[in-house]
Amino acid sequence: MLKEKDKIFKNLYGFDDWKLEGAKKRGIWSNTKELIKMGSEKIVEEIKNSQLRGRGGAGFPAGLKWSFMPKDSGKDHYLVVNADESEPGTCKDREIMRNDPHLLLEGCLVAAFAMHAHTCYIYIRGEYYSESSNLQKAIDEAYANNLIGKNACGTGWDFDIYLHRGAGAYICGEETALLESLEGKKGQPRLKPPFPAGAGLYGCPTTVTNVETVAVSPTILRRGSKWFADLGSANNTGTKIFSISGHVNNPCNVEEEMGIPLKELIEKHAGGVIGGWENLLAVIPGGASVPLLPKSICDTVKMDFDSLKEVQSGLGTAAVIVMNKSTDIVEAIARLSHFYKHESCGQCTPCREGTGWMYRMMEKMVHGNVKHQDIDKILDVTKQIEGHTICALGDAAAWPIQGLFRHFRPEIEKRIQERNRRVA
Amino acid sequence: MHHPGTNNKVYKKINDNFEWSSENFKKISEIIKKYPSNRIQSAVIPLLDLAQRQNNGWLSKNSMEKVAETLSMSYIRVLEVATFYSMFNLEPIGKNFVQICRTTPCWLRGSDKLSKVAQEVCETNIGETSDDEIFTVVEVECLGACCNAPMVQINDDYYEDLDEESFKKILQDLKDNKSIKVGSQIGRKSSQPERKFDA
Repeated sequence: MLKEKDKIFKNLYGFDDWKLEGAKKRGIWSNTKELIKMGSEKIVEEIKNSQLRGRGGAGFPAGLKWSFMPKDSGKDHYLVVNADESEPGTCKDREIMRNDPHLLLEGCLVAAFAMHAHTCYIYIRGEYYSESSNLQKAIDEAYANNLIGKNACGTGWDFDIYLHRGAGAYICGEETALLESLEGKKGQPRLKPPFPAGAGLYGCPTTVTNVETVAVSPTILRRGSKWFADLGSANNTGTKIFSISGHVNNPCNVEEEMGIPLKELIEKHAGGVIGGWENLLAVIPGGASVPLLPKSICDTVKMDFDSLKEVQSGLGTAAVIVMNKSTDIVEAIARLSHFYKHESCGQCTPCREGTGWMYRMMEKMVHGNVKHQDIDKILDVTKQIEGHTICALGDAAAWPIQGLFRHFRPEIEKRIQERNRRVA
Repeated sequence: MHHPGTNNKVYKKINDNFEWSSENFKKISEIIKKYPSNRIQSAVIPLLDLAQRQNNGWLSKNSMEKVAETLSMSYIRVLEVATFYSMFNLEPIGKNFVQICRTTPCWLRGSDKLSKVAQEVCETNIGETSDDEIFTVVEVECLGACCNAPMVQINDDYYEDLDEESFKKILQDLKDNKSIKVGSQIGRKSSQPERKFDA
C-alpha cells in the first residue's frame, strides 16, 4: 500500500484549500525556479529516467514524447493539456482540476519549458463547469503572483496558460481531434503523420498530454526520478490515480502504487465488491475501451500496463468498473456500444457504420434474438473495424465486445437457446 | 433517442433578432485574446457557448449567424461546429435542462430508475420538454463523475450520489422554485471513500 509520504496528490479529495495559499502549504510552487534552472534537457532526461508513462490511456513514455519536440523550429511551440476526460469510468483529472489546480499549473510551466513552449492551452471538457471555474481562478491567481506570465517565477521564461472549454464530444480526447477542435473546427482526428510534435496546433510543434502526466512531473523533478522509478516495477513505475466505480461499497478515486493487485485495490480502498468478493462477475480494469476480465483473472491480476496487457486487457486510464453477479453483462457491454455509436465522429466508414451495426447487434444479443452464427459474424466485424480507422475509437468500440465473447460466450449462447425454445 | 444537442436541423419556428449583450460583447474581446490574432476561429466554441447562454440555452439561426459574423467565418463553418458538439442545443429547451447519465458506470448504480423518476416528476418523456417548459429531460453519455454515480447534470451543475428519493426531491424542489444543493447528495466532499469521511 502506498505510504502517505509518497503521495503526489495531497489534496485529491479537496479537504484542504485548493487556492494558491493552500497549494503553497503543500509545497507547490516552492522552488519552481530551481526546477526550471535544471534546463530543458535535464528535465526531459529526469522524466525519461523516472519511466513515467502517459496517464491518458495509451501509456506512451512521457519523457520520450517530450523529447520529440524540435529544439529550433523557428515556430511557436505549444503545450496542450488534454483535460477532455470522457472515457466512461474515468473521473480522476476532474479531482485534480477542482481540488489541486496549482499542481497542474506548475506542471504546465515545467513541461512547457522542457519543450520550448511559451504557450499552453488546457482543453477541458465543456461539462466540467465548476472544475473549469476553479481552474480559471487558479490561473488568475498564478498570473497575479507572477508564477506564470512574463518572466514566470523569475526564470526569465515568458509563459501563458489559457483555458479552453470543449462542448461535449468524447472524440476530442483523441489528440489530433482535440487540436482540430481547438482550432475551431469539428473534432475529427487527423491522419498521422505528420505527428503533432512536427505539425500540431496551427501547424506548429505541439505536444498533447494528459492532466495527470503533467501534474506529477514537478514532484518527480523535486524528489528525483529514482524515487518515482522505485515505486511500482520496471517500466510500470510510480503512483497512479485509480477511479473505482460500479458495484463496490465505497466508489472512490484513490492514488496508489502502480502494480497493486486488483483485489487489494478494491477491498482496501473501495470497501470491497457489493455482496463480497465471491459475488464478483467481471471487472473492466481501464475505462470503457479495454476488454473486461472475469473473476478468475481478477483474483490475481496486478494493476499495471504490462500485467494487464498479458491478460489481453489494458490499464487504459485505470478506471476500474466493477460488476457483481447481479449485472446483465451483455447489457453492460451493449451500453458501451451505444456510447461508441453516439461518439463516433463519422469520418471513417468502418467506425461510422460499424459502431451503429455493432450496437444494434448487441441490443439483440441482450435478448438472445440472434442466430448462433451471428456471434462469429460480430467478432469478424470487430476485427474489420479494429486497426482500419484513422484514430483508436474504432478499436475502442471493438475491444469491449471482443472481451465479452472471449470470456462470456456461453452466456450469450445460453440466451439464444432460451429464446429459441420460447419462440418454438 | 432525441436530444436537442444532437439534432442537426436548424430550428425555424422562432425568428429572433440576436444581438450581443453589451456585457457579452466585452467578454468576446477577452476570449479572442487567448488565441493568435490570425487564428480567432479558435474562439468559435466559446462564442457559441456565450450565445447559447444569452439565448436561454439554445442556438437560433440568427445567433449562429452572429457568431459567424463576429469571427469573420462563413455561417456553414459555424453550423457544422454547432451540430457536431452535443452541448449546443439547436432547439429551445426548458428552464431546467436535466441530463441523466446513462453509460455503464451510472447504469450499474441505477441510472434507469432516475430516468423513470424524471419522467414522472417532470411529466414529460425522455428527449422532450414538459408542457410548462420547466424541464427538458434527456439521457446523455458519460459525464465523467463515475465514482459519484448515479449522477445527473442540471444546467451547469452536477448532482451526484443520487438515489430515487434524493433525485425526486431535487426535481420537486426545482418545480417549487426552491433552492437545491449542488454536488453529492449524501454529504461527500468529492470522491473520497466514504469511511474516511466518517472518521
